[in-house]
Amino acid sequence: MPKREDIKKILIIGSGPIIIGQACEFDYSGTQACKALKEEGYEVILINSNPATIMTDPEMADRTYIEPISVDFLEKIIEKEKPDACLPTMGGQTGLNVAVEAYEKGVFTKHGVELIGARYEAIKKAENRQLFKKAMEKIGLDLPRSGFAHTVEEAFKLAGEIGYPIVVRPSFTLGGSGSGICFNRDELEYRARLGLEYSTIHEILIEESVLGWKEFELEVMRDIKDNYIVICSIENFDPMGIHTGDSITVAPAQTLTDKEYQRMRDAGRKVISEIGVETGGSNIQFAIHPETGRMVVIEMNPRVSRSSALASKATGFPIAKFAAKLAVGYTLDEIPNDITKYTPASFEPTIDYCVVKIPRFAFEKFEGVDDTLTTQMKSVGEVMSIGRTFKEAIQKGLRSLEIKRFGLGGDGKDKVFEETLETKEKLVEWIRSSPSRVGLREKIIHYITVPKQDRLFYIKYAYYAGLLTEEIYRATKIDPWFLEQIKQIVDLEKELLKKGAEGGRELLKKAKQYGFSDRQLAFYWEIKENQVRALRKKRGIEAVFKLVDTCAAEFRAYTPYFYSTYEDEDETIPSQKKKVMILGGGPNRIGQGIEFDYCCVQAVFALKELGYETIMVNSNPETVSTDYDTADKLFFEPLTLEDVLNIYEREKPIGVIIQLGGQTPLNLAKRLEREGIPILGTSAESIDVAEDREKFKLLLQKIGLNQPKNGIAFNLDEATGVARTIGYPVVTRPSYVLGGRAMEIVYDESFLRKYISQAVEASEEHPVLIDQFLEDAMEIDVDLIGDGKTFVVGGVLEHIEEAGIHSGDSAMVLPPFSLKKELVDELILKTKQLAQELEVVGLMNVQYAIQKGVIYCLEVNPRASRTIPFVSKAIGIPLARLAAKAMAGKSLKELGFIQERWPRHVSIKESVFPFIKFPGVDIILSPEMRSTGEVMGIDEELGRAFYKAQEAAWSKLPLGGKVFISVKEEDKPKVIPIAQKLSELGFLLVATKGTAEFLRRSGVKTEIVLKLAEGRPNISDLIRNNKIQLVINTPSGKGPMLDEAKIRSLAVSFNVPCITTINAARVAASGIESATKGNLEVKTIQDYHRGLCTTKL
Amino acid sequence: MGFSKGLAPVKALLALEDGSVLEGEGFGSEGETYGELVFNTSLSGYQEILTDPSYKGQIVIMTNPHIGNYGVNADDEEAQHPWVEGFVVRELSPVVSNFRSDMSLDQYLKKHKIVGIQGVDTRKLTKHLRDHGAKRAAISTVELDSKRLVKKVKDSPEMAGADWVKAVTCKEPYDFDETLLHGYEWPEKLGPKPKQYFAVCIDGGIKKMILRKLNQHGFRVKVVPAHTKAEEILSYKPDGVFLSNGPGDPAAVTYLIDTTRKLIGKVPIFGICLGHQILGLALGGKTYKLKFGHRGGNHPVMDLFTKKIEVTSQNHGFAVDIESLPKNEIELTHINLNDKTLEGMRHKNHPVFSVQYHPENSPGPHDSDYLFERFYAMVSHHA
Repeated sequence: MPKREDIKKILIIGSGPIIIGQACEFDYSGTQACKALKEEGYEVILINSNPATIMTDPEMADRTYIEPISVDFLEKIIEKEKPDACLPTMGGQTGLNVAVEAYEKGVFTKHGVELIGARYEAIKKAENRQLFKKAMEKIGLDLPRSGFAHTVEEAFKLAGEIGYPIVVRPSFTLGGSGSGICFNRDELEYRARLGLEYSTIHEILIEESVLGWKEFELEVMRDIKDNYIVICSIENFDPMGIHTGDSITVAPAQTLTDKEYQRMRDAGRKVISEIGVETGGSNIQFAIHPETGRMVVIEMNPRVSRSSALASKATGFPIAKFAAKLAVGYTLDEIPNDITKYTPASFEPTIDYCVVKIPRFAFEKFEGVDDTLTTQMKSVGEVMSIGRTFKEAIQKGLRSLEIKRFGLGGDGKDKVFEETLETKEKLVEWIRSSPSRVGLREKIIHYITVPKQDRLFYIKYAYYAGLLTEEIYRATKIDPWFLEQIKQIVDLEKELLKKGAEGGRELLKKAKQYGFSDRQLAFYWEIKENQVRALRKKRGIEAVFKLVDTCAAEFRAYTPYFYSTYEDEDETIPSQKKKVMILGGGPNRIGQGIEFDYCCVQAVFALKELGYETIMVNSNPETVSTDYDTADKLFFEPLTLEDVLNIYEREKPIGVIIQLGGQTPLNLAKRLEREGIPILGTSAESIDVAEDREKFKLLLQKIGLNQPKNGIAFNLDEATGVARTIGYPVVTRPSYVLGGRAMEIVYDESFLRKYISQAVEASEEHPVLIDQFLEDAMEIDVDLIGDGKTFVVGGVLEHIEEAGIHSGDSAMVLPPFSLKKELVDELILKTKQLAQELEVVGLMNVQYAIQKGVIYCLEVNPRASRTIPFVSKAIGIPLARLAAKAMAGKSLKELGFIQERWPRHVSIKESVFPFIKFPGVDIILSPEMRSTGEVMGIDEELGRAFYKAQEAAWSKLPLGGKVFISVKEEDKPKVIPIAQKLSELGFLLVATKGTAEFLRRSGVKTEIVLKLAEGRPNISDLIRNNKIQLVINTPSGKGPMLDEAKIRSLAVSFNVPCITTINAARVAASGIESATKGNLEVKTIQDYHRGLCTTKL
Repeated sequence: MGFSKGLAPVKALLALEDGSVLEGEGFGSEGETYGELVFNTSLSGYQEILTDPSYKGQIVIMTNPHIGNYGVNADDEEAQHPWVEGFVVRELSPVVSNFRSDMSLDQYLKKHKIVGIQGVDTRKLTKHLRDHGAKRAAISTVELDSKRLVKKVKDSPEMAGADWVKAVTCKEPYDFDETLLHGYEWPEKLGPKPKQYFAVCIDGGIKKMILRKLNQHGFRVKVVPAHTKAEEILSYKPDGVFLSNGPGDPAAVTYLIDTTRKLIGKVPIFGICLGHQILGLALGGKTYKLKFGHRGGNHPVMDLFTKKIEVTSQNHGFAVDIESLPKNEIELTHINLNDKTLEGMRHKNHPVFSVQYHPENSPGPHDSDYLFERFYAMVSHHA
């Protein structure tokens, strides 16, 4: 069927900020959808609050709204744009939820907008557990048996019918609280009572437990003619009980016979048909009992998902792009397969390699968090790796994770409980002695029974300790097929350790085929990594690159999408064109996210415009950069020296861009240069100046910039000495950090002692840096672009929060809202001087603090910063794109950007945090970055922009109700005007005794509420009963105070916006004021950019 | 679930008639074997492939690198024993993990004396066959001299022009009555129908699943050898005749073409794969050898009446030439969307239809089951 002509204008809903469970994959799908629909001649309207996305680039959609993704704003956009249709399946759960809500409020019907991709009824049927259950029963598919109970007796009765173990799930609670697994009657009695109490409607679901069953996923598509295809089957390494987002997963499914697989495929067809997804893709999850083969349906997502992004990258079949085309009426046979060109998309990809996805966690950022892996997703990112075998893929995946590992151990980083095996000698000794160690086997079994992020490594140790596959299987329920693969790696490691470098060509080749890195081999053989490389080459063992082609080589492929392996034939055909290699950012983690992928993709666009062939290297399957459509050639590879060199040597680009992918490629700078690889843009030497403490100090002195007093300590005594010299408070951090890891503000010596001994373990190799902490200072970020001679500041961003809070977590305003013009001029001047000194070619970010009118330089990063996409969107200049062109030799003059631009509108970048997923963790902002994503609020005026930013960050400010105020002593005078304003705006103020009395004395009417320890009802009860609409609580500063931390955490759980700094409270009050006064308007980014900038501040 | 030890490596060579030689590790039986080297792109279903008689005379490469993961079980056999001449995989699983498994693939191949080789670059081989066409080849664990092995391959028989049907067809007629594996029936709503009609299946190398599907769809089934005369077949008074799949060059099976010609117009006929090619030849068309054939479970086929797409299971090296068919008598019903080759046809005047692909699948998707219903409907119409 040809495309629909009755619709002309389509609204796409994006997924908003990056949060746990919703990452770059929806930029990938949304970008594909925008491109696909525009290609078909539709006018595309987009709403997405996340500026760090490619999809919100002004040329992706026709009209782009960077506005909060809420029904209100959606309706405003619909009123203005009058689209014919809305595609809600590209923006994850966020997009789907807002579409459902808008539908239920009649927004679409009222404005005559048709939902395409998935109808409302289909979405409801898939999302509502009851409706889904009914639908599955109707088509005869098996589900975990379950029933609802309203009394403990009913629960017993149901459990009797279903059989233990059973899961208790209270109906209507927040964040799945109160649910749990019961193995016997006693546990059920306890859980049932608790659950009934938790449930707001006193109802619990008693469900058969499928814990430990084998878990599978199918990515399926269906078109308007009922054609049905399965794009990919995925088998989870980790069995049921761990969220699939937190599981290691493998494609294709490995342990199903064809009969079993086809049964699942048939079930998939029935599910998508019964749910009623007529045009698009869905993800369906199944569980299979390992001993009986019983198959149950777990759930389905009637939209593109993280798994569909993975499946697209794993097979070369672009699910989102085709889903968009199906949504406008095409059928699968009418769409050509991108890769083979001459065959249609109405087939099922088949693959001749193994794909492994490994989640990336960030528990170290959240003190006190429960790091057990459960059915609630906790990972912040993922990597994908491709190998010809599982063994090769899993080891490549582990070295892609950016956890400083180079495979499945054997890299000097093995740590078995308290024992570190950093030398070969220690590893060999440990392997020798482990089977005979008393209690070790039991300890390991005990450890691997509870799934944690490092379980894979402990499976390895389990084998060394003499445990059998059967025993490990019983403890973990990980399929023996996977375990035996691990065992093969372990066995080969033993052989590698035993035989040494002289083990022969065959052994070396086998090791490479098993995915061992040169770093691991260097460790086993006690030689240098480059010696292993030389040895390998001498023996003729080099990586070859194979194609991802959707068809296992049956047809010729035209899309150069490669992975490396160690076999006979290499399929790359290096062209004679001038080429540039761009290194991506690897997995999302806190401190390194979608912003860097955005920059890398911009570089690809830029260099293509200049006629270069672009080569992209990355390991993150969620991204736009790893869309084979983006760069001319895609290498899906780990970003380690070895892997990058392999590609370099094969392709011989004129240079490598390392400054756009964040810390990951930057860390390779020196080593790449040492290998003689030209680095485009700012030199490795300059990067070193910025990162080396002493050289940096000299640089600042030369320019005449102040630096907070600082020192370095190699042990505890030195640390206390340095701190005393500087004077408390100080900021401490380990020497090499990403995203402020383990950074802390320390107010006194006792805390410093604790920090040094517990948190960082200062050593000769890893000293601790100690800086003067600038109290009550404001913080500024400046982003600059340069061509080596000319330098232009892209943006001066004033933080709302004071210095001391990680810049990745602060809200920022562009242009500055309170800085004096002279100071701004001074910052620009100094930044340009720094750039001049460092001969910046490309991007540079500088962080400043201003205390009592004095400028201090905190940090210089001669690379793309997290704020580049935000600044680019605020000023309407694609900085990363220009930077890439500068790196390729263009001058800024040639590029037409030689003057600063100051937008007349106000742009605010606000951070989004994962606290809701980590109950009990204190939410206060600190030097340790903990946000996962960002949103942008734009408006003509600061208050309104802030209000929008808050709403976009899922923290909508109230326009009335009760505000709970509790601030530290120093903040009390400062909170008075804020309290007054809120009071004038009609809010009722509530505070604990101290603050309340202070406010009352200042003439602000305030109610008193009890502290947690003072009896009941207290503040906790008010929050729980939805009596509080806003919390303003600044931490008292000396370590986590239990009471206030609890209140903040509680506010997050109950979705009450919680402001933790005075500055933010001040802006919030004015935001509320603006929002109360007038209606918030929506405006496209294209309109903002159109002639709304000036060259003067 | 079995936990086997690692295999003691046995060196093996895979040699092609064009002189290419790859070294790998032997598995299954030791020895030497010859055949036409072909590749199959199915991700699952190696056991069904091994036991499909259509692979007689062929050495099969699986493009999926991990093979043997779920072992072998008695229920998934398409014949009593494997028919492939040899088996080529990237990596044989060291362990079997499946609740239905009876033994490991290695044990199974040893038991049936099939030579296998692993550890070779199967993707390179596949590309080679794609670009240069199917090749005669040998796997050997005994002749480890490359040149001598290549020479032996060159002296081995060609696939084109060879009648392999006589090697796989049954010796005596037999009745067949089996249900589908419980728990894995499809379509699910269709239990076994009362066996209202009687089909005689001419065995050119028939897969068990076809017989099971005929049973399920309401046929009593008798299987007869390929050389059975038309008169004898008609003497059984069948309601319909089924022409089965099978190995080799259809044009070489002249006796079966003659038989078929005599049956057309006398009894409803349904043909699959080789049966489809035989019908084409019997109706005056021609067949030709495809460069590297269709073997896999993912080929898109369009039903030209409904315009719907089926993802199909395929296994054939020859095809019916569309241009050679008499247009006044034959209507094309199905077409392969990848290369536009003929996938199905029907006679305009007689109750005769056929498909090139495998609606019984096994292995492969269940999209094309309706063809058995179509056969049932055709038979009931003429009964």
